[in-house]
Amino acid sequence: MSVIYVLLSISVCVAIVFFAAFIFTVRSGQYDDSYTPSVRMLFEDELVKTTTKKNNQNKSQTE
Amino acid sequence: MSSSTCYHCGDPCEHAAVLFDEKGFCCNGCKTVYEIFQSHGLQEYYDLQTAAGATPGEVANKYDFLDNPEISDKLLDFNEEGIQVVQFHIPHMHCSSCIWVLENLNRLHRSIKTSQVDFPKRKVRVTFESEGLHLKELAILLSKIGYEPSIALEDYSKKKNKVDRTLIYKLGVAGFSFGNVMLLSFPEYFEVQEYWLDQYKPFFRWLMFAFSLPVVCYASQDYFKAAFKGLRSRLLNIDVPIALGILTLFLRSTADIVFDLGSGFFDSLTGLVFFLLVGRFFQQKTYAHLSFERDYKSYFPIGVTRLLENGAEESVEIYKIRRGDRLLVRNQEIIPVDSILIAGNAHIDYSFVTGESESVPKLSGDKLFAGGKQLGGLLELEALKSVSQSYLTQLWSNSAFSKNKASEFQTLTDAVGKRFTVTVLTIAFVATSFWLWYDPSKALNVFTAVLIIACPCAIALAAPFTLGNLLRIFGRNGFYLKDTNTIERMAKVDTVVFDKTGTLTSNSGNTIVYEGMELSDDEISLLKNTLRASNHPLSRELYGILEEQEIMTLDDFKEKTGKGVEGTFGKHSIKVGSANFVGNHDGQLQETAVHISSDENYRGRFVFKSKYRDGLVSLFKQLAKSFSLIILTGDNEGERSTLEKMFPFPIPMFFNQKPEDKLEFVETVQKHSRVLMIGDGLNDAGALAQSNVGVAVSEDVNVFSPACDAILDAKKFTFLSGFLKLSQQAIHIIKLSFLLSLCYNLVGLYFAVTGQLMPVIAAILMPLSSISIVVFTTVSTNFLSKKLKSNT
Repeated sequence: MSVIYVLLSISVCVAIVFFAAFIFTVRSGQYDDSYTPSVRMLFEDELVKTTTKKNNQNKSQTE
Repeated sequence: MSSSTCYHCGDPCEHAAVLFDEKGFCCNGCKTVYEIFQSHGLQEYYDLQTAAGATPGEVANKYDFLDNPEISDKLLDFNEEGIQVVQFHIPHMHCSSCIWVLENLNRLHRSIKTSQVDFPKRKVRVTFESEGLHLKELAILLSKIGYEPSIALEDYSKKKNKVDRTLIYKLGVAGFSFGNVMLLSFPEYFEVQEYWLDQYKPFFRWLMFAFSLPVVCYASQDYFKAAFKGLRSRLLNIDVPIALGILTLFLRSTADIVFDLGSGFFDSLTGLVFFLLVGRFFQQKTYAHLSFERDYKSYFPIGVTRLLENGAEESVEIYKIRRGDRLLVRNQEIIPVDSILIAGNAHIDYSFVTGESESVPKLSGDKLFAGGKQLGGLLELEALKSVSQSYLTQLWSNSAFSKNKASEFQTLTDAVGKRFTVTVLTIAFVATSFWLWYDPSKALNVFTAVLIIACPCAIALAAPFTLGNLLRIFGRNGFYLKDTNTIERMAKVDTVVFDKTGTLTSNSGNTIVYEGMELSDDEISLLKNTLRASNHPLSRELYGILEEQEIMTLDDFKEKTGKGVEGTFGKHSIKVGSANFVGNHDGQLQETAVHISSDENYRGRFVFKSKYRDGLVSLFKQLAKSFSLIILTGDNEGERSTLEKMFPFPIPMFFNQKPEDKLEFVETVQKHSRVLMIGDGLNDAGALAQSNVGVAVSEDVNVFSPACDAILDAKKFTFLSGFLKLSQQAIHIIKLSFLLSLCYNLVGLYFAVTGQLMPVIAAILMPLSSISIVVFTTVSTNFLSKKLKSNT
């Protein structure tokens, strides 16, 4: 039954990993701006589509 | 195609003034922005949000100071190997279209690498190659598309302040430990006599002990510090019983597991700290895009143009201006230091500094004070003082600006905490002495149990949740408070002092009255068409009130900055502008007016009168029921009779008040009452700082407002009495919550005093009382705030 020591240490380790991940995300500033990313993610698709089209345009304009 | 609003900025333009690409624009500026977006494949801007743009302002020479490498270096966040990073504050940013276009700046210029928007702060961070793009060009580029960056003296002297995230870390630590301890103490709750569980009990307990260590040593630090501070200054604040509770919980639990007496109260301990920190976190609602600490620095420009002896112009830092320097001030620029006018046609708008509503004409040789805004042409000045010694900036050396209103105010929680601590300690000692006499073995148990169960978790949560929630409700209604402490101070106010210019009157939307000879239909038609092409704010306003006219193409159109416009159609010509420009030399210069002459014959003038806010009288009637009202203004007595006629009851009014007079006035009133000051400009800054609660009224909350405790959106001005009432009700809610939490404490004390407090009881009571307080306060504040909308 001493397996409980192993199990508990594993569970505590997993918990600590998540805790460390939390600290890391806070530290890297991911919680500083909680609004802009929510808007930004909605742009993504159009952005890719128009960039390619636009790049060509730009080239033809500048050349 | 005609449209009723501008395709770009959404301003009304009955008949589209400028047609382009089958879309109507209100002016050429808006059309140009559209063209820029069009040619760079950014049309999507208009799909995301309709009419999101802004009319680009005048940019000529505005950012010249960025040419000075000393200035631009300080603004840059990063500058190495040809890559520069800069962060601009852009007040106009307001919707998803704005975010989209600002994050796609790289399509507008090849040297821009990336740009990232921080919307809550209204900031954009641009990374660009310094080879292909200069900082000044970037600022001009942004202005051209209607996103004018605001660069003020404040940004210049900024310290790179780190974001304070300790509370989030503490909350994380407490939450992490709380969850794990709960899990580990679960088997003990059921007291099953299971062989294996009994076998591992010590291991579980020591693990809980290990988890609670960071909570006691790190997460609850603030409570120990605050309690220590309070005791040292002989104050019993709410933190004393909390710190005592945490300490007792920890020591008792440790003793329990060392001597194998029980499982300890580690679950309650970690839970308590976690809930307390959640309350603190909730209270900390901040408005990142607003600043409550502004002084003249965010109003003044960073650089000014200095004239060298050989006549050359150079951009120089504002701090480097010395006495005797020759300076150039352009249209719409701010006079940086007290100086003497040497040359130029000066019309200075001091409304923000002194509260005078009309611009003042000055002659060469006249003294000009710092902070005034030039309306008109180019001025040449000679500096009399340096920036920090100027008349206006000296106001900030008053002690009113250095005091901390929040720390001087005893909150309701602290007031209750004092009595609470005394009561709890008395009960603890009485109960202990009883048990010492009756059964000494249980005495220590009872003593600690009382301290544990009486730990005022619920009381400490009542105020943060009530006020924190109210802060959010106020914010949604256009009333932004600096902190929750302001609500408590607002509830105690009994006198409301109003500034006039910009507070009772609105800065935008004048009443326009025509005085003079009647204009013929042809003249009105020509006037309207002439105004159509002008970008001057007065022209735009006048254009808006004139009747619809047919659009005709003018034969000739001239605009002279600072003077006026001239339009010719056929044989007729019309001049619109300042008195001198149209040839009227005896006009009254005290008022804001646009003069008209037709075919060189003076006709008359349109006088712009500031308009009092809608609903002002009913607001005053409501407020007068429970507050004494005072009007305090830097303006002259001209409006006294209008104001007296407006209100059905007499209101004390004081005119010609200088900024420091206002400060002193508030100080005198404070001797016998608590003052709420409402103002808008730098001239009120002293009074706002001195008053118990300073509220700044702002037409656009994103642009400048002086240092204050709260910013009120001008559109919500009439809600003021509702806000005041709600903050008073909030105090009642907190008091009721105190009663509620006392009930829980009484139940807990019964178990504690009789010596039967089990860890499981504490573990149930503590969260239960906290959660019911949170629910009660949230529901009741939301309920009361519903009235706010229905009443007004």
